[in-house]
Amino acid sequence: MSAAALRAGRTRAARRPGTLTVWRWELRKLRSQKRTYLGLGLSMVFPLILVLSFHFQHPRHQGNIFATYVTQSGLATPVLCLFWQSAFLYPLIAALVAGDIVAAEDGHGTLKTILTRSVDRTQVLAGKLLAVATYTVVAMYLSAATATVAGVASWGFRRVITFSGSTVSAPKGLLLVFAAYGVYLIPLLALASIGVLLSAATRNSAAAVVGTLAVPLVMALVSLIPGLGGANPYLLPTEFNNWQGLLRTPTDWAPIGHSAWVCALYAVPALGAAALVFLRRDVAGG
Amino acid sequence: MEPSDAPPVRARGLVKRYGEILAVDRIDLEVGRGDVYGFLGPNGAGKTTTLRMLLGLIAPSAGSVELFGQDPMYRGARALDGVAGFVEAPAFYPYLDGRTNLRLLAALDGDGAAQRIEQVLEIVELGPRARHKVGGYSHGMRQRLGIAASLLRDPRLLILDEPATGLDPAGMRDMRVLIRRLAGEGITVLLSSHLLPEVQELCDRVAIVRSGRVVYEGALAELRRQAGAGYRLRTTDDIRAEAVCRAQAGIEDVQVTEHGLAFHAEERDVGALSVALIEGGVAILALAPELATLEDLFFRLTEGEEPAPAGPAELVAT
Repeated sequence: MSAAALRAGRTRAARRPGTLTVWRWELRKLRSQKRTYLGLGLSMVFPLILVLSFHFQHPRHQGNIFATYVTQSGLATPVLCLFWQSAFLYPLIAALVAGDIVAAEDGHGTLKTILTRSVDRTQVLAGKLLAVATYTVVAMYLSAATATVAGVASWGFRRVITFSGSTVSAPKGLLLVFAAYGVYLIPLLALASIGVLLSAATRNSAAAVVGTLAVPLVMALVSLIPGLGGANPYLLPTEFNNWQGLLRTPTDWAPIGHSAWVCALYAVPALGAAALVFLRRDVAGG
Repeated sequence: MEPSDAPPVRARGLVKRYGEILAVDRIDLEVGRGDVYGFLGPNGAGKTTTLRMLLGLIAPSAGSVELFGQDPMYRGARALDGVAGFVEAPAFYPYLDGRTNLRLLAALDGDGAAQRIEQVLEIVELGPRARHKVGGYSHGMRQRLGIAASLLRDPRLLILDEPATGLDPAGMRDMRVLIRRLAGEGITVLLSSHLLPEVQELCDRVAIVRSGRVVYEGALAELRRQAGAGYRLRTTDDIRAEAVCRAQAGIEDVQVTEHGLAFHAEERDVGALSVALIEGGVAILALAPELATLEDLFFRLTEGEEPAPAGPAELVAT
């Protein structure tokens, strides 16, 4: 068949693709990459290991009320997962994709391929940001669901204790658990935004992933420096724990509201800088 | 000028500077509709940088680009309507199969491109391998997939950067056949290459760049005509013939070679020479123009001392 016949046979819809098309195909690409499954796998494996270990040894004296009562309600398991993994594992899971999302295009040389189609750079970046957010949300709720199912299967769907020492019914406990993961997503998405910035700026996946992971670690070290305690409420490691306000009686909304605007202070400049880098850069290699 | 009347490519005073390095230096380029336009130059001459500026991938330090009258730096993806191609080697997602790569790109093209996937795979003869991951493709297969990805956009202008590089002889032949076929169907082709036979076979107009500057821009035939006004002469008496040549106005650079005489002259002067030879009692056994090959011209223009930019009128064989 000739190109002329091709042209003659076309139906001209004259419809340009939108950001959602880019987003859908970014998700399709993520579905074909090993690092996506590594991240999602990690988000599921840790809760299972946790539950398995509790079957062999009860985690008493862990300094956490949910650890003490973990075998009394399956709903304590997802809370414990969030408590223990909010500082490192979950940021790692988010960084795996956020740090790679733009840099991988440079690595494969495909940036020039997609930027010579009918979508603008703004749409490409927006689609990528949406894909990172989607992956992060899916990974967190996959972890929450795995922990909940494993915990409930092991210790039942029972009333659960809160950080305040009071108990809530199982259905309300379930709602609070998933809401807590939602609140935790605020700082995690802020960190993912930094990851996208590093991905666009460094054009190197490994550097961007490590750099993203280093951000909360460096902040944690900063928080330990004497005299810098005043900075603590504005550092990401603190924001990673603000979900706990939801599991108090009555609900402590102050740290959650604080987390929202502090994280916006991280996310908005990071996204602005990422956009500036991505929209203005010369695509001289990939 | 209405965009519909605008030439497929028009670049004016294009400059790209990387710090101290001047990669592209005031390049002017105009590709007309239906042209198969060769963009020639040695490696590092600035060809790929120029093509990247044409496609909006890098911003010019100065100058302007218009594709069908639209500047990609200001109009973004809309300026690329009807434009397709690749710079350097075409790149795809290695973890996706060929067909899925095309589906992805078709989705980013919109405008019914997805309906053309099977047809373009057929054109580049990749159908049977389309379900294999691109990571396992040979260089030639990636080049063909690059052409397929370009055809998805149903282009009016095809920009191809070294499309035959890395292909085996059969692959190079197939690529030329394909380009000729596409050009025959009315697609304007801008072909960047350092493979002279490829350009000689396919192109009717060329720009030759050297150190970021255009040293020739115009018709290939004109370039060869101007640069190749040499003649070979064999007679029954070369000694007398040499004397006649040297005495004849307009006959220059007369040299005696083992195969006869060689000289440079304008066509009208050659006619007068033939008459003079006969009148001088010298019979002509052979008198033929010796056209310079594109390779000769290319090396003449791209080696040696830095020349000033030149167009067809300024190029004089030396």
